[in-house]
Amino acid sequence: METEPLFLQRFEIGGRDFVNAGKASTTVKGILKEIGMAPAVIRRAAIASYEAEMNVVLYARRGTLELRVTPREIGITVADTGQGIPDVGLAMQEGYSTASEEIREMGFGAGMGLPNIKKNADEFRLHSVVGEGTTLQIVIRG
Amino acid sequence: MEAYFHSVRVLPESCAGRMACMRACPTQAIRVRQGQAEIMEDRCIDCGECARACPRNAILPQTSSFTDFARFKHTIALPSPVLYGQFGQDTLPGTILAGLRKVGFDEACDVAGASEAASIALEQYLADYRGPRPLLSPFCPTIVRLVQARYPSLIDQLIPIDSPMEIAAREIRYKRMKELGLGRDEIGVIYLTPCPPKMVAIKDPPRKRVSHVDGAIAISDIYQPLLAALAELDRETAETPEAVRGMGLGWPVLGGQVACLRSESCLAVGGLADVERILGEVENGKLGDIQYVECQACPQGCCGGSLTVENAYVARNRILGLVARFGSTPSQSREKIRELYEREYFSLPGKIPSRPFAPLDKDVGRAIEKRKRIQEVHKTLPQIDCGACGAPTCLSFSEDVVLERAPLEECLVLLARRAAAAPPPGAPAQAQETTA
Repeated sequence: METEPLFLQRFEIGGRDFVNAGKASTTVKGILKEIGMAPAVIRRAAIASYEAEMNVVLYARRGTLELRVTPREIGITVADTGQGIPDVGLAMQEGYSTASEEIREMGFGAGMGLPNIKKNADEFRLHSVVGEGTTLQIVIRG
Repeated sequence: MEAYFHSVRVLPESCAGRMACMRACPTQAIRVRQGQAEIMEDRCIDCGECARACPRNAILPQTSSFTDFARFKHTIALPSPVLYGQFGQDTLPGTILAGLRKVGFDEACDVAGASEAASIALEQYLADYRGPRPLLSPFCPTIVRLVQARYPSLIDQLIPIDSPMEIAAREIRYKRMKELGLGRDEIGVIYLTPCPPKMVAIKDPPRKRVSHVDGAIAISDIYQPLLAALAELDRETAETPEAVRGMGLGWPVLGGQVACLRSESCLAVGGLADVERILGEVENGKLGDIQYVECQACPQGCCGGSLTVENAYVARNRILGLVARFGSTPSQSREKIRELYEREYFSLPGKIPSRPFAPLDKDVGRAIEKRKRIQEVHKTLPQIDCGACGAPTCLSFSEDVVLERAPLEECLVLLARRAAAAPPPGAPAQAQETTA
C-alpha cells in the first residue's frame, strides 16, 4: 500500500516559560498556511493548539507538542509531565477551573481552555495521571 | 492567480542589487537575482518598506504626477490630514488649503471632517455589532492586504465602513458636478497621499468597486511647490483658522481613531511586526474582550508614511497640537451622521476576498512533501541568514531551492566550505585515496 504523505514536527514547551509561550502554536499555524490548508481549518487548529500549549505553560513542568499533517487531517498531540488532572470530567465542564489567582491575573484560567479545544476538534482524547502528567490528542479534519 | 495592482516598482536601470529592500521586506517578497531586485507579486502587501530602505531610490512608488490631471476641467485636491503636520506650527490647515489652490488646483477640500464622520459611523457600527471580536480597522490598505494574505480567517472582522478619503471625495465630487454642471469625468479628485498603498485603495480596492478618487500625488512631491506657494501667500486672505476642525484632525497619528471612539476597550497598534503579533492572538481566539483594534502598518500611523517629508515624531507633535487647539469643536452633526449611517451611506457592500500567499503546492500531499524537503535543505545550510544568495533568510532560500527558483549552489557559504574541504588543486592523487 502506498503510504500517505505525512508531515511531522515536534516542539518543546517549557512550563512557566511565559517568554516563549505561544511560539509552538504560531509555528504550527505558519506551517499549515504554507501547506495550503483551508483558512477555517487553520483557525480551528490555531485555537486548539494555542490553548493546549498554554495549558502546558500554565500548569505543567514541561511538555511537547507534536504536529502531524496528512492531506486528510491535522493531528496534534500535546504531552506533558506535571501535576495531571484529578477529575477529567470536571475539567471538561465550561467554567470549571483550578487556576490560581496569579494565572487569572494573566487573563487565563476562565475554565474554557479544554472545552474550547474540544469544540474545535473532530476527535478529542484526554488521558491524565495525577502526579505524572497529561496527554491530549486531537484530530481536525477539513 | 489574478494579478494585483502594486504601488511600488523596481527601476532596473537604478537597481544595483544592494539587498537593502530584500532585508527590509516584512513578507520576504523580494529576491535579488543577477544583481537585480525582484518583487514577488503575490507576496507583496504594498507596505512600501522596500522603497524606504533603498539606498539608490530604485524603487519607485506608483503615485500620480501633476500632468496626469490635465484632462479635467475642474481639479480638487484632497490632502490627507497628514499634510497639516508637515509645516511649521503657524501654518494652519486653512492656510495649507489656500496654498494648494495657489499651486494650481481649482480647489482644495479638507478630509479631517470626513474622518470625524467615519469615527461616528465606526462608533455606531461597534455598538450594533454582535459577531466575533475584536473588529479591525480597514483604513490602512497594507493592513487589509496583510489580512487577505496571512490572516484570511479574520477578513470578516475588517469593518465595512468607507475610508475618509472616499467619503470626502464622493461628497465634494457630486456637489461640484451639480453646482458646476460638469460630468463625472470632467472633475478630477486628487488625493495627496502620505504613502504608496493609498494607490492600491484607488486603483484596486479590495471590494472591487470604483473609487471616487482619480489618483494620488505623493506629499513628498507636492511639498516643494506648496512650500513656495505658502511663502507667497497673503495670510490675511487665507481661510480662517477654524475652517478645519474636529476630532478627525487626530487620525494621522497612531491612536487617533481610537481617541475618537467613546469606548475603553479599543487598541491602537502600529508597525507590521506588532500588528502581526496582535492578529496572531486574535486568530488564537484571544482578545475577545477588545472591541476594536486600530491597525496601522507604520509605527507612528499615517504621519510616518514613506512619502512624507517631516520627521514622523515632529509631525505627530504638530498634529496633536492641532487636535488640542481645534479638535474639540465638532465639524459634523452627530445626529446627521447617525441618520446617514442608518441609510448605509458609509457602508461598504461586497466581501473582501482572501488572497493567501501561494501554498507550496496546490496539492496538499505534495505540499507536505515539499515542506519536509525544505526542512531537510534548511538543516544543511549555515542558518546565518547572510542573504548573499539573494534570499532574505536560509529558510526562504531552502524554499526557493525546493520550488526550483534557485539552485543550491547559490549558497556561497556552502560553496566555500566545500572548497575548503576539497584537496588543494595539484595535490598528489595518492593522498586522496588514502583519506578516502
